[in-house]
Amino acid sequence: MAALGDPAAATRAPGDEEGGARSGADLTLEHVTKEFGAFTAVDDLELTIPSGSFFALLGPSGCGKTTTLRMVAGLEHPTSGRVLIGGRDVTRTRAHERPVNTVFQSYALFPHLSVVENVAFGLRRRRAPDPLGKARDALELVELPHLADRRPAQLSGGQQQRVALARAIVNNPAVLLLDEPLGALDLKLRRQMQVELKRIQTEVGLTFVHVTHDQEEAMTMADTVAVMNAGRIEQMGSPAELYELPRTAFVANFLGQSNLLRGTVVENGAATLGVDVDGRRVRVPTARSVSTTGTVLVGVRPEKLHLLRAGDQAPESCNVLGPGRVTDVSFSGVSTQYQVHVPGLGTLGVFVQNILGGAGAALGEEVHLACAIKHTFALDGAEDATSGAVRLDARDV
Amino acid sequence: MSIVAALGHGPGNGPAPAPVRRARGGAYLLLAPGLAYLGLFFVVPVVALLATSLYVPVPGGDVGQFQPAFEWANYTRALATYWPQMVRSFAYALIATLAALVIAYPMAYVIAVRARGRVFLQGMLLVLVIAPFFTSFILRTVAWKQILADESFVVAAMRAVSLLPPDGRLTATSFAVVAGLTYNFLPFMTLPIYASLERLDPRLVEAGADLYANGPTTFWRVTLPLSMPGVVSGTLLTFIPASGDYVNSVLLGNNTTTMIGQVVDSRFFKVSDYPTAAALSVVLMVAILLLVTAYVRRSGTEELL
Ligand SMILES: Nc1ncnc2c1ncn2[C@@H]1O[C@H](COP(=O)(O)OP(=O)(O)O)[C@@H](O)[C@H]1O
Ligand SMILES: [Mg+2]
Repeated sequence: MAALGDPAAATRAPGDEEGGARSGADLTLEHVTKEFGAFTAVDDLELTIPSGSFFALLGPSGCGKTTTLRMVAGLEHPTSGRVLIGGRDVTRTRAHERPVNTVFQSYALFPHLSVVENVAFGLRRRRAPDPLGKARDALELVELPHLADRRPAQLSGGQQQRVALARAIVNNPAVLLLDEPLGALDLKLRRQMQVELKRIQTEVGLTFVHVTHDQEEAMTMADTVAVMNAGRIEQMGSPAELYELPRTAFVANFLGQSNLLRGTVVENGAATLGVDVDGRRVRVPTARSVSTTGTVLVGVRPEKLHLLRAGDQAPESCNVLGPGRVTDVSFSGVSTQYQVHVPGLGTLGVFVQNILGGAGAALGEEVHLACAIKHTFALDGAEDATSGAVRLDARDV
Repeated sequence: MSIVAALGHGPGNGPAPAPVRRARGGAYLLLAPGLAYLGLFFVVPVVALLATSLYVPVPGGDVGQFQPAFEWANYTRALATYWPQMVRSFAYALIATLAALVIAYPMAYVIAVRARGRVFLQGMLLVLVIAPFFTSFILRTVAWKQILADESFVVAAMRAVSLLPPDGRLTATSFAVVAGLTYNFLPFMTLPIYASLERLDPRLVEAGADLYANGPTTFWRVTLPLSMPGVVSGTLLTFIPASGDYVNSVLLGNNTTTMIGQVVDSRFFKVSDYPTAAALSVVLMVAILLLVTAYVRRSGTEELL
């Protein structure tokens, strides 16, 4: 506790993390439900966030992310369930009694206080020694020491964002909550702040819970991502796990893009399933299948598909689909995105890396599609194949 | 106007773009009626007032006959005679302002913060605050005379709980005058405070709670400072008219509660001593101006106003 509210201490002694308090605390939500009248905003949430991790809560607008954070902060109380911080049940305690700080979506800086007084606010409330010195250290950490005596209204959006971050971090909370902290920044600044936030988290070693609707942001920053939809957690894991092996159609579509094909399991082997997709036999590893009987959705990521032009040989242990016709080609330098219409299956997206150079398949050309068996996955066939799909033009990145 | 523009831009910068100049001309044109009104009904009377305050009686003339002079002694004489009423006016106004603040702030807080989001309730409560304006100021003050009369239940109740001795009374006391002032200016205190609390972002209060401040501390450190613009305008809107008021002390007071407004009134209408009345008015005006300037400076809310 000696280093309380002193982020600079972490910089001086990065190896000294046995202190416990230094690296934040575990956050656990047990069966947390929040209802507003008849509407369930958060539905039976079950979540454990290990101390010191960078955790992202990812989901579309209105799925209950802010409500979840507010329940952790104590600004909202769950209808049922428990919130534990470092093993201690804080469900019944109020916001000011919790060792948690929030970086609000709107920053919520106090307009009547100078920047340094904003940062010192929490320290003063807890009667920490030398609040102004620590506040200045925190401003150093977010690279704004020269603006300490300004008023928040005199700062740019990006600077206000950093002050809000310093104001929260300086208290050395057990859990730091960030509610779409980069949402109001322009794209360039957002990318820069992503790197910055990651650096600061590594430096101070606190538990960060970062809420965002931007899947790229969640994947680049977080150790663990929880994908949330309509008040529930759909799936949780490392970004690579979620991407390579989505367990629901929502995750498959919301995190990157997926081609999902409806089929019926006709052969239930120990290693692979045989799935009949519109009369074609497709193999899926049993371990990568959510459901092993009846209807399933066979999924494959666009960059895992290979375009086979006339005369090309299909690689080993591959599923081959087609023939289909190229209906759209968009070249972006690094890669080319094709839309291939396969009769009976619909339109599939294919990303081809520009490794060989030169022209690829042409518009209207007849092609086959191949995909390694180990890269396919299967979801519950009862799901809506378009759940969570974002129209490309609606994505704000 | 064109001279100012020419000076402002200097010879080297060439003429200002025509549209800008036309827009400014238009703005001044829009201001013209207001300026003319103020000139006619404010500047001219103030100059007349200043002049009158220095007049001397016409030698051998009738009562109420004066001639222009520079009789500065009018001021010293008026102040030497009437300083107690002057001091009393400011004291009453100050107490009434503080009392109104104590009553109005919680009221405004309930309407703006507690009833936030309940539009109908807020509207109803605001109508109740403004309702007194629907009847005349004089009539309401006369009504207070009834409320505070010796045989009223207020007096009976206060005697019952020994807040007032058995033979104590409220009418014709300084308490009644201050109570009347407080009551009459209460809406002027409530509405500006309501407006600034209504504007207050509730997320700032949540940020306070998030940063370890409990309810009272958040109020003290966040809500109150951010509502200071409303408090400052409310206190000014109450203090200024209250210190010049004479209706309340006439109707609810006695000859020991005389306020400066009453003196000006009687000097002017009863004994036709225009220079003294004018001198007292000028002193009142200047004193208020100085007090208000010092107050606004001290409260440091210029940037929030
Ligand atoms: N105080 C409230 N009263 C009623 N409904 C609310 C309240 N707060 C949030 N909601 C509803 O709960 C849902 C989830 O909101 P929120 O947690 O803010 O979503 P997100 O942050 O993921 O965009 C939304 O549909 C929203 O309308
Ligand atoms: Mg939100």
